Amino acid sequence: MHDFEYEAPTSVADAVELLAKHNGTARILAGGTDLIDQIRTGRFAPDVVIDIKKLDALHRIDMSSDGLSLGAVVPCYRIYGDETICRDYSALADATKIIGGAQIQSRASVGGNLCNSGPAADSTPALISLGAKAVIAGPDGIREVPVENFCTGPGKNVLQPGELLTELAMPSRPAHSGSHYLRFIPRNEMDIAVVGVGASVVLDDSGEKIVSARIALGAVAATPLFAEEASELLAGRPVGDEAIEAAMAATRKIATPIDDMRGTVEFRKHVTGVLTRRSLEKAIERARANTGS
Amino acid sequence: MAKKRVVTTTINDRQVEFLCQPRQTLLESLRDVLNMTGTKEGCTNGNCGACTVLMDGRPVDSCLVLAVEAEGAHLETIEGVAPSDGLDPIQTAFLENAALQCGICTPGFIMATKSLLASNPHPTEDEIRFYLAGNLCRCTGYDKIVRAVLDVAESREEVSA
Repeated sequence: MHDFEYEAPTSVADAVELLAKHNGTARILAGGTDLIDQIRTGRFAPDVVIDIKKLDALHRIDMSSDGLSLGAVVPCYRIYGDETICRDYSALADATKIIGGAQIQSRASVGGNLCNSGPAADSTPALISLGAKAVIAGPDGIREVPVENFCTGPGKNVLQPGELLTELAMPSRPAHSGSHYLRFIPRNEMDIAVVGVGASVVLDDSGEKIVSARIALGAVAATPLFAEEASELLAGRPVGDEAIEAAMAATRKIATPIDDMRGTVEFRKHVTGVLTRRSLEKAIERARANTGS
Repeated sequence: MAKKRVVTTTINDRQVEFLCQPRQTLLESLRDVLNMTGTKEGCTNGNCGACTVLMDGRPVDSCLVLAVEAEGAHLETIEGVAPSDGLDPIQTAFLENAALQCGICTPGFIMATKSLLASNPHPTEDEIRFYLAGNLCRCTGYDKIVRAVLDVAESREEVSA
């Protein structure tokens, strides 16, 4: 493997300073399940690898009245092992349960999944549907970027030299809210999404009307997408086929997938609609069961 | 060349110190530096699970862990599974069910099984198949492996009953 130095800073300030000093020749190591393979295969040849797992704050799962603050290096198994996340931020639990197998889930983090910026990343549509913001530390302080604006292309994102993702912040979940992430793969597990859809809904007290919704798509464009039109046209509509079919048409419209061995353009566009329906139906079912107690 | 580091870690309840370069994986250090060749190298990219070891109680692909990251960690490898006077029940069940042929995937499967049964002592067949999805076997076709794991879980039930 390519030769590199290893640093494990113990404060965010030190990490930022190190990153800035190496100005683009450093790579950040969280769970390593992407990075170590990428260095081995020559995709990246960093001078230094900066392990951010000694930063205690990045391991936290904090729940408050403001919502959920998820540290950037928290591995998948801790996320789906958290009862509150499973109940209130179900889409995130759904996604982390199906990323790789047990070995990968021991190390891989949602922060790393986002920073790797793969178009088919499973946890990113879940984050977008839950309205997550990426909290970024850098030489000029802290800034926040909505997750739907974080990725800029396959493997590319808004992080500048000297910046690192520290946290994913999600707003608190109102009563009668529910969410779901699901993907299509030809196997039962251990595969890359052909299409992935995350959906979150808030219903009114009767459980019959949609107050607001957020839908996000994976693997059908160069970056994960926030389906803004599909989300907005659901607001205020009664729960039912008419609303869901309108959302399906709107998500199909913005899907611009590629043809590859996993699926054709036509198939992916079709599946985008099907999964929009299924994710919404499950999110609605969960919202109806969630009385906010 | 990056300077070598000293790593102090616990492997199978023994404190171990070794030298490694930052670019060396835990798998390379185990096999090539510590001569613990029970842990196998398969795909080296996190798909096959042949190199599975337990790190602080969790299964990891040791090909996707830098050896320097093992500083202060508690590691369990296949070498630590059998008691001094025989075999672990998981090993016995794999033997009795003929759950191996070439044997390359076996240490990884046994470590993953150990971790599964520690968190879920009585898994269903479905749970076993999902949990072991990160381990590939090109010989047995999995059925014998799954049966072996079911057998261990059942024999544990008899003991506790």
